[in-house]
Amino acid sequence: MSFQATKELEAEVDELVTHYPVKRAASLMVLHAIQEKFGWISREAVLWTAKKLELPPINIQEILTFYPMLRQEPMGKYQIKVCRTLSCALGGAYELREHLCKKFGLDAHAHGAQTTSDGKFTVEFVECLASCGTAPVMMCNDDFYEGVSHAKADEIVGKCK
Amino acid sequence: MAQEYKLILKYADEPGYTPDIECYLRHGGYADLKKALAIAPKDLADGKKLSPQEQIREDVKISGLRGRGGAGFSCGLKWSFVDRKSGKPIYLICNADESEPGTFKDRQIMYKDPHQLIEGMAISCFANDVHLAYIYIRGEMVDGAKILNEALKEARAKNFLGKNICGGGYDLEMHVHRGAGAYICGEETGLIESLEGKRPYPRIKPPYFPAILGLWMCPTIVNNVETLCNVKHIVAMGGAAFAKLGTPNNTGTRIVSLSGHVKKPGYYEIETGKATIGELINDPKFGGGLRDGRKLKAVIPGGSSAKVFKAGEKFKLKKKDAEGKEILVETDMLDLPYDFDSLAAAGSMSGSSAIIVMDDSTDIVEALANLSEFYAHESCGQCTPCREGALWMSKTLHRLTHGEGRAADADYLVKIADNIPGGRTICAFGEACSWPVQSFVAKFKDEFVAKGAADEARHAKQVAAPVETKELAAAHH
Ligand SMILES: Cc1cc2nc3c(=O)[nH]c(=O)nc-3n(C[C@H](O)[C@H](O)[C@H](O)COP(=O)(O)O)c2cc1C
Ligand code: SF4
Ligand code: FES
Repeated sequence: MSFQATKELEAEVDELVTHYPVKRAASLMVLHAIQEKFGWISREAVLWTAKKLELPPINIQEILTFYPMLRQEPMGKYQIKVCRTLSCALGGAYELREHLCKKFGLDAHAHGAQTTSDGKFTVEFVECLASCGTAPVMMCNDDFYEGVSHAKADEIVGKCK
Repeated sequence: MAQEYKLILKYADEPGYTPDIECYLRHGGYADLKKALAIAPKDLADGKKLSPQEQIREDVKISGLRGRGGAGFSCGLKWSFVDRKSGKPIYLICNADESEPGTFKDRQIMYKDPHQLIEGMAISCFANDVHLAYIYIRGEMVDGAKILNEALKEARAKNFLGKNICGGGYDLEMHVHRGAGAYICGEETGLIESLEGKRPYPRIKPPYFPAILGLWMCPTIVNNVETLCNVKHIVAMGGAAFAKLGTPNNTGTRIVSLSGHVKKPGYYEIETGKATIGELINDPKFGGGLRDGRKLKAVIPGGSSAKVFKAGEKFKLKKKDAEGKEILVETDMLDLPYDFDSLAAAGSMSGSSAIIVMDDSTDIVEALANLSEFYAHESCGQCTPCREGALWMSKTLHRLTHGEGRAADADYLVKIADNIPGGRTICAFGEACSWPVQSFVAKFKDEFVAKGAADEARHAKQVAAPVETKELAAAHH
């Protein structure tokens, strides 16, 4: 199911809207809520959000296409984000990404997010995650990992069922 | 001898210290908010009265507090610009976007001591007649947003937020707003647009100074997490006492994020200016020096946008001699006191107080290529010089680090960089993306030229011996 307006989602959005004197301000938080439940933001989700916030759909579409964290298509069940910025690069971030790509049979030199053919893992580089003192760092879905050696990465991945 | 001085991070790393409100209250939490709410109007000699709010604002001025987000602008002065006569509501936003590469200090506060931030914000809101405030936290800090939401809930339940706070007749509501992975949301007007639910395109100043035309075109205060926490301590100890911490014009403490090639990377809170860059890198109390057998090559002193220092670089700094006369003293880069003014005098900045250390194993061209890729990715795209310039700098550095460089690329990079800042762009990102390029190339020019020249020489040979070309192409792939 790429999108369904559940009661739960309705309630969450109704609550979010109360945080702002202007409905439009809730849009990013609403998209976060949708992505949390469905993994990505489909066209139906854009139209539903626009209607809910009384906006033309373009106002939702234009933020969906701007923010790197928002997904316009389904991604892997486990999304691994490796920080690539300077402090992490000095600490072995490029080697870490290469290790993960090789492990999953992905192209270690390709740009952008890549997903395994079984849809289980997505690997991508992201910019500084604000934990440069514990480089290299990565996220697996919402969980954050510091000082990720290759062995530690294997262990994290091993726990993804 | 330089020491750590824990004001903001006094409890955060104490064993057993937890982010919940009970723990915070056990450590004296919210006493300063109560103190602020109980301040009585003060009679002035001319018969006028100074309201409690005005007294706090005055004290913040006296404290000398400067913004911890990057620009180091006086907090008291920023607050004095707020349009209080417009009749519109005044908003306060805590900038918790923490996305300047190298920086990881706000994270420590929000994850470990969220109520300190909420108390600092509540006092700042009270002092500025704000009744609705937001914490704009970067999207990747998923747990941080949860911790803050939980803390807000606790604070509401205990009436430190909500209606008639602590019976003092003051109402305040606060919400967490999450970003979604874009660096430009840290720029205050981009942040405001983002909060309004739009693309985070920074606004042009003038006329859109947040203090006058901010969130929903209302007067708005945007302050960094650490700045707002400091306000709590100013109320606790008084502005004059706060001003005694640190050094003149560089008051209070700073939480320094130290990363890269040091033995003990981490965050260290110091009295501003009471430790040098060298001490922060080498002292066993701080970074503990470089890895064994390595020598220092370069230091980025204030987040990725700050101009780089080269090991051994010397600066002439103004100092007062014994008779109070101003003299110029030659100072090694490592002996620069870590504060706003010394680093500015040395041509860089303390920015978000993030030091990135690079030892002699670092390929300096690769390092700059890494940063330029960041800026090319993060330019919001509104201004042509920034959007195109950031991209072309990154492309040029990409070819220099992939065997396709030219000796002239060093000059080419500087030419692009020089054409971005200086009023040609809407926001300071233009400066932020050109400073690393200008400074890296100026200070390590021979390495850039050598790399490009080597590529050119190799290519010239390949033309003579076409067989090699294939091999090289394969090697580059
Ligand atoms: C490109 C850019 C990115 C910025 N990122 C941040 C950030 O992540 N966090 C922050 O506090 N300030 C950031 N700033 C500075 C803010 O615009 C603003 O000056 C600051 O939040 C003001 O707070 P302060 O006075 O308390 O430092 C950034 C500025 C620019 C130009
Ligand atoms: S300077 Fe760059 S980041 Fe700032 S508004 Fe212009 S294009 Fe956007
Ligand atoms: S550079 Fe990777 S977390 Fe900052």
